[in-house]
Amino acid sequence: MTHIEVTVNGEKRSAEVEPRLLLVHYLRDHLGLRAANVGCDTTSCGACTVLLDGKSVKSCTVLAVQASGHEVTTTEGLSADGELHPVQAAFRQHHGLQCGFCTPGMVMAAVGLLAEIPHPTEAQVREGLEGNLCRCTGYHNIVQAVLAAASEVTA
Amino acid sequence: MSILGTRVLRTEDPKFLTTGGVYTEDVADDRLEGACHVFFVRSPLAHARISSIDVSAARQAPGVIGVYTGADLADLAPIPPSAAGLINTEMQQRLLAVDKARFVGEAVAAVVTEHPYQGEDATELVTVDYDPLPAVLGFDPADDSLLFEAAGTNVAGYWGDPSKLDAQLFDGCEVVVKQTIVNQRVAPAPMETRAAAAVWGDDGRLTTWIPNQGAQGTKADMAKLLGIDESLVRVITPDVGGAFGAKFGADPEHAVVAWIARRLGRPARWTETRYENLIAMTHGRAQQHTVTIGGSRDGNVQAYRLEIVQDAGAYPKIGAVLPMLTILMTSGPYDIPKAEAVAKVVVTNTTPIGAYRGAGRPEATAALERAIDLFAAEIGADPADVRRKNLLAPFTEPHRTAFGALYDSGDYVAALDKALTTAGYADLRSQQAQRRASGDVRQLGIGVASYVEITGMGDGEGTPPEENATVEVHPDGTATILTGTSPHGQGHATAWAMIASEELGIPVEKFTLKWGDTDLIPEGGGTGGSRSLQQGGAAVQQAARELLDVARLRAAAELEANAADLVFDKGRSAFNVAGDPDASVPLTQLAENERLLIRTVFSQPGATFPFGTHVAVVEVDTETGKTTLLRVITVDDAGTVLNPLLAEGQRHGGIGQGAAQAFLEEVVYDDAGNPLTASLADYPFVSATEVPSFELASMATPTSYNPLGAKGIGEAGSIGSTPAVQNAVVDAVAHLGVRHIDLPVTSRRVWQALQAVQPGSEQ
Amino acid sequence: MIPAQFDYVAAESASHALGLLAEHGDEAKLLAGGHSLLPMMKLRLAQPKVLIDIGGLAELAGISVDGDDLVVGATTRHADLAASDLVRHEVPLLAHAASQVGDPQIRHRGTIGGSLSHADPAADLPMALVALGGSVELQGPDGSRSIGADDFFTGFFETAMRPDELLTAVRVPRQPGVPWGYQKFVRRANDWAIVGVAAVDGRIALANMGPTPLRATAAEKALAGGASPAQAAQHAADGTSPGEDIHADREYRRHLAKVLTRRALEHQAG
Repeated sequence: MTHIEVTVNGEKRSAEVEPRLLLVHYLRDHLGLRAANVGCDTTSCGACTVLLDGKSVKSCTVLAVQASGHEVTTTEGLSADGELHPVQAAFRQHHGLQCGFCTPGMVMAAVGLLAEIPHPTEAQVREGLEGNLCRCTGYHNIVQAVLAAASEVTA
Repeated sequence: MSILGTRVLRTEDPKFLTTGGVYTEDVADDRLEGACHVFFVRSPLAHARISSIDVSAARQAPGVIGVYTGADLADLAPIPPSAAGLINTEMQQRLLAVDKARFVGEAVAAVVTEHPYQGEDATELVTVDYDPLPAVLGFDPADDSLLFEAAGTNVAGYWGDPSKLDAQLFDGCEVVVKQTIVNQRVAPAPMETRAAAAVWGDDGRLTTWIPNQGAQGTKADMAKLLGIDESLVRVITPDVGGAFGAKFGADPEHAVVAWIARRLGRPARWTETRYENLIAMTHGRAQQHTVTIGGSRDGNVQAYRLEIVQDAGAYPKIGAVLPMLTILMTSGPYDIPKAEAVAKVVVTNTTPIGAYRGAGRPEATAALERAIDLFAAEIGADPADVRRKNLLAPFTEPHRTAFGALYDSGDYVAALDKALTTAGYADLRSQQAQRRASGDVRQLGIGVASYVEITGMGDGEGTPPEENATVEVHPDGTATILTGTSPHGQGHATAWAMIASEELGIPVEKFTLKWGDTDLIPEGGGTGGSRSLQQGGAAVQQAARELLDVARLRAAAELEANAADLVFDKGRSAFNVAGDPDASVPLTQLAENERLLIRTVFSQPGATFPFGTHVAVVEVDTETGKTTLLRVITVDDAGTVLNPLLAEGQRHGGIGQGAAQAFLEEVVYDDAGNPLTASLADYPFVSATEVPSFELASMATPTSYNPLGAKGIGEAGSIGSTPAVQNAVVDAVAHLGVRHIDLPVTSRRVWQALQAVQPGSEQ
Repeated sequence: MIPAQFDYVAAESASHALGLLAEHGDEAKLLAGGHSLLPMMKLRLAQPKVLIDIGGLAELAGISVDGDDLVVGATTRHADLAASDLVRHEVPLLAHAASQVGDPQIRHRGTIGGSLSHADPAADLPMALVALGGSVELQGPDGSRSIGADDFFTGFFETAMRPDELLTAVRVPRQPGVPWGYQKFVRRANDWAIVGVAAVDGRIALANMGPTPLRATAAEKALAGGASPAQAAQHAADGTSPGEDIHADREYRRHLAKVLTRRALEHQAG
């Protein structure tokens, strides 16, 4: 077992974990933060996307021990006082989610994207979300939501 | 102003956007405390005898509680094929393979551990001795290697009689074109894989959480698979992360998990990996079509024949039945004087075929729309003109086709013209002509597909399509709706609340929707076949109206007035005496006095038939064969729209999946039956970079079959878009001599088609 | 899916990592971003007994200019490489190749050293290194050595790096303003190349046209001899032995190599 200390959604957490424990399972099973989902085995689908030190990563391909000493943000930690983060609000406003399974990962990927490119074009949004798969929306409303969130943030 | 027809935002969303949905794997329930975890050992061979299974090493592994094989499940009867009357009854499946494995991914053993991480370690330790057999693959499997020796054949059955095809069908046609077309096997791949949690109570009843499309049907399946009475099964449906037809009913694994929970006397849980999902959840489509189309040189289609081969996979499940729906929709939106169709169902050493978005109807449309384009190409006519010439004239009284389908209402030409106008069809054709003239490397292709499809079918056994709903108003001003539908992304919580709100004047956000618990809602048809709004939604409306009827009588007593003299004031959600707003009683007060609750069943006279036209614009790189999807323009007329936001979402999703089938997605096996697309790295699940934003035009021809005027919209997007994109790609290279490219129209297939017409034209 | 069990050690320095490698031999693997190794471990295609984490070692990170070369630390992540103004100016092809790896999340974690050691013949950075005529710096128990790209990739997912060695840095010649071309043929934007071509300064490298990233030497020779891009590209597939998979057969890959090489040569810069 290895000792880890991770700041998750602003809160310092520590645990003794198996080195092979994946970050996504640390979040889900140890901390009860179950928004991020596991949708594949091959780092393909992005349903497990969280921010690690502010950058989007696939938490199924990060060991919990690798996150030790770093900061993790999940959708649970995006909104404060019941207010949706602008990206979350835009997803709702533009019906950017249906079954919801890809949604937490998609939202975190979008938050990460807008941190890097605050005013993306549609093509940049699509490329920025290329690591996140959605089976329900055909991506149309997700793209609209991210574009809207970008203009929201500037306004 | 009515709330109906407006873009009400989903009440479901805040949870999904913050703490996330509660899917089966997330369910936290006291009854599941201390659950063990189930893992399946799956066959790595497509076709093999199982000579022995050694579980001793696995039993010794850390955390292992038990290891079970088919021999342990001897008390469970084999699963008979779907449509047992027509499909060979010898083609049965065991819950865990016994003696023989018939596809890569078939469950052979189950390992149970304390912790999920231990399960993956222990499954590696189960040793199965297989004697390989030749894999049976393709649409024309020989009978020299049999999946089911007792059946004596790999043909599972027929829909229609191939020996009765009309030899004179094409007599008198000036032009006849014949083409064999593959509608390829695809993976439904919902983002949430399959899962289960199961626990048996002291009362001997099973409670099981399963991601599904209809708890009631799932309950019936579970009872059958476990050989117990339905009353002993309670299915609870958590949030479901997408289904697309593949989560209807229960699968063998769900029953094995329940069996293990009973055997061990403790709760058991299972979540499959994506690898398992891509090889062991049912696949979709997998039909081969031989189309023959005949007509006159001036563009009248006079005869059409559709010969189908359905690859049912290793076990004849729903997929074996789907050709029936394909046949039903053979002639689509066209007025074809003579048409016939027949289907053969074969079994192969591949993953079984089930329903996938559209389930049988996209196949009919794809075959027909390709045939129309082939016919148009043969006579040198514009494919849109040929469609316009042959589409059925607008009708408001039901129209019966030669295949027995009763189309409720339709204006197919209007849908075609609207789609063409929205697309700027004439302008696109002139851009295409310029590119052709200049010999541009990147050629423009325009594809058109018109369709009509069937939604909201009955059970096929004479029972009309129906659904139940319960509406209850509570004293605190909130309300509860129970529905027999089963939302998994469609937004029923919002939509059903809109319908009831419109009747009762209670704000949408005050409603709670419940579904998917068979103890709470014992009956229901679930969500699939695009049935929910037209039946489940209509039932909610009927229940709300009946609730008001009851409330009116109670209000009359309360106010000591005549029921006929009362008016319902929606703004206050209260009854008052006409002309005297002060003499009023709100629904909340009536609910306080006595529970205000109505359960009703809405019955629809028949299925409804949405229709539309899709136009796809693609750019094809003639040097590499690569297709870029530039535009998709659609008209999808599904009757009156309740919430455009939700309806558009359904269309977008369908278009995305249908387009993906056209140019990307395909489940591929090698010659030995090994799946080559068993991960999302290999299976080209469409991503945001491969599709454009979609252009939706509205058209709404109400149906008279339900008071909402609604038809189904869940599958239309996937029905029109596949042939539209396919036709567009063929169209892009048609001037070079290409007439047909099979699905998916990958860059390699396009390049090969170009090579075939321009041999040796390197670069 | 989850990896088989292993022990984890966070290396405190490069020499500590080397010591651990010497101690554990074949049973150990180095972990930096983990985006080549962890996917393999989850599929249990790799089952190291010990993971030595070098991801946190500052001495292996960083991008700098050293004379005529740009030097990139092994643990430099793809996203940082792609976004670096220094790299974009000095070796734009390298920055572009890094921007083409996988998807944003993968680029936030994956490192250049990891990608090169993994030696996937379909990957972007190995092809880029070959095109650029770069080299890798290896540290072992007996000191350091440098290997040129052409000699580093020795086979399908195989390199000349010994199990007791550590890839510390990547060195590529600075070439600001030199025209370059990059073509990556994919099904989906985030897929590996079905065929890839990187061309710069008379060198042409191919991805997925054989067990390693390859030089298109015949085409280079033709180009050097004054052939036009189109003429030279006709030789792009000469001497290659591409594999077959669900995306492409041999003939199609060879065809793509020619088309993409011509385009890389004609449309130099991106």
